[in-house]
Amino acid sequence: MSAPSNVNTARRAHPFEVHEKKRKKINWVPYLMIAPSVFIVVAFLFYPIGTVFYYSLFNYDLSAPYYNGFIGLENFKEIFTADKTFLPSLLITLKWVVSQVGLQLVFGMAVALLLNQTFKFRGVFRAAAFIPWAISGVLASVMWSLMYNEHMGVLNDLFMRIGIISESKAWLSDVSTAFGSIVVAELWRGIPFFAITLLAALQSIPNEMYEAAKVDGAGRRKTFFFITLPQLKNTIILTVLLRTIWEFNNVDLIFNLTGGGPAESTTTLTMYIASQAVHGSNFGYGSALTVVSFAILLIFAVVFLKVTKYEKEEAER
Amino acid sequence: MNKTMDRWLTLRLPLAVMLIFTMFPFYWTINTAFKMDGDIVKRPVEYIPTAPTIDNFVIAWSNVGFATYFKNSLIVGVSTVALVLVLSILSGYALSRYKFKGKRAFMVMLLCTQFIPRAMLIIPLFIIFKNLGLISSPLSLIITYAAVEIPFTTVLMSGFISNVPKELEEAAMIDGCNRLQSLRHVVFPLLVPGIVATGVFTLIYTWNEFLLALMLTNQQSKFTLPVGLSYMMGEFNVNYGALAAGSVIALVPAVLLFVYAQKHLVSGLGGAVKG
Repeated sequence: MSAPSNVNTARRAHPFEVHEKKRKKINWVPYLMIAPSVFIVVAFLFYPIGTVFYYSLFNYDLSAPYYNGFIGLENFKEIFTADKTFLPSLLITLKWVVSQVGLQLVFGMAVALLLNQTFKFRGVFRAAAFIPWAISGVLASVMWSLMYNEHMGVLNDLFMRIGIISESKAWLSDVSTAFGSIVVAELWRGIPFFAITLLAALQSIPNEMYEAAKVDGAGRRKTFFFITLPQLKNTIILTVLLRTIWEFNNVDLIFNLTGGGPAESTTTLTMYIASQAVHGSNFGYGSALTVVSFAILLIFAVVFLKVTKYEKEEAER
Repeated sequence: MNKTMDRWLTLRLPLAVMLIFTMFPFYWTINTAFKMDGDIVKRPVEYIPTAPTIDNFVIAWSNVGFATYFKNSLIVGVSTVALVLVLSILSGYALSRYKFKGKRAFMVMLLCTQFIPRAMLIIPLFIIFKNLGLISSPLSLIITYAAVEIPFTTVLMSGFISNVPKELEEAAMIDGCNRLQSLRHVVFPLLVPGIVATGVFTLIYTWNEFLLALMLTNQQSKFTLPVGLSYMMGEFNVNYGALAAGSVIALVPAVLLFVYAQKHLVSGLGGAVKG
């Protein structure tokens, strides 16, 4: 890059069009500039993903290495026929993703519309509303567990004062409340993400459109459904897709609040994989589960984009 | 009259509900952190600690190990930010200023990474770093976090660089600067806000990441804050006061960074989502 011969007179005149003019001579500078990034991404993202597919065909157990070796599709056969956790975990994953993404979208939209109005101290309110976005899943787990706790938690006290419940409940270890409890805790952290992206999109809608609607006599509801919503369509589709993938894979809260219990009632597929990876030792089987979850996500993404007719050109703007 | 009613229903009431829901967990964590052991479980609940104490913070910081966790998080975070910034400024510059063969392929590659489920990485990365002998080394986390963040920060950075007019650089070169000099004296100063924003987002990510850190660390002395907190939550006899105090310790830098970078967030994320 610092070679003095590079800085000739022709280059000074048009520093960015060297490649254009001398087609035969390849300019290596941009390749050198992206090389480190390409290396790190390929070596530590793409290569590992590749090995997951490879290991899924193996028995690869750190604690019992004598049985390690190629076993073909045995892992997959076991997942679909013998595994008692796999199928229920799919259903729980569906429940988790649909409730999270659906509720985050609805409440995130409400918050975005709210914060898009003009009022005093708007900046302060916005910062306050977005703060949970910066809080880690583990921190959120601690904070909510301090509230849910049967003995020292504040929720039992509050709810008993209002009269919703009559005696202390163990919110996180009761099968009937565990799932709902982690859904609420994750919503606390997830709504700001939707609110931020939707607010950004709201701000890009030209004001003239609203003025025109007003002149035409459209009320608040009509304005929302005929102007705001269509204008936000692409943002919503892309955010929902990204968020679905993200929540599908998100285990921080489940891992720390319930660990997948009680009675596996909060074990999503990713939670299952994570506990296999952290506690179990058969990486071959874990890899096979990972491949299955990847396939599910891939199919979902393709179908989702087809069904919603996401406009590519506009996305690539 | 009707107008005031309307303002209450569509603005003030929802704002209040939103604020309570968002802020209550913070309030309760701080409240717990300043209470003595006995007061934490006392009924009726003390909504304002009657005898506030900082004992929990002392215990969390020196006895439980939050000083170590904090230091580890800081080492991993700062190193990752440095690595990510250098690499993404380079690749972002290449993307915004050069035309070259394979540029589109590079962009597609960056886009693809956004769809890689993070949980897919825990097993293979564990195997890779085990073979490299880097389990429990901060290096394994720094490399992994950089790999995860670079695609996004490269795109972000190329956007920021594109906003710096090409002509300024050309003028500097005509005046006798070489490319590196013009990068340093002309482009770089104008990039500072973008660099700060990118750095802050990377730092928040490394500060908060849990699953990979859990998988790639197996010595308590190398735990980052999230792993340390999780470990403490899982103990048989949880010291709630110290746990709350530890959370506050982990919370403060993230919140401060966030408040600082918040203004860039709406425009930055909005731009990123739109492509």
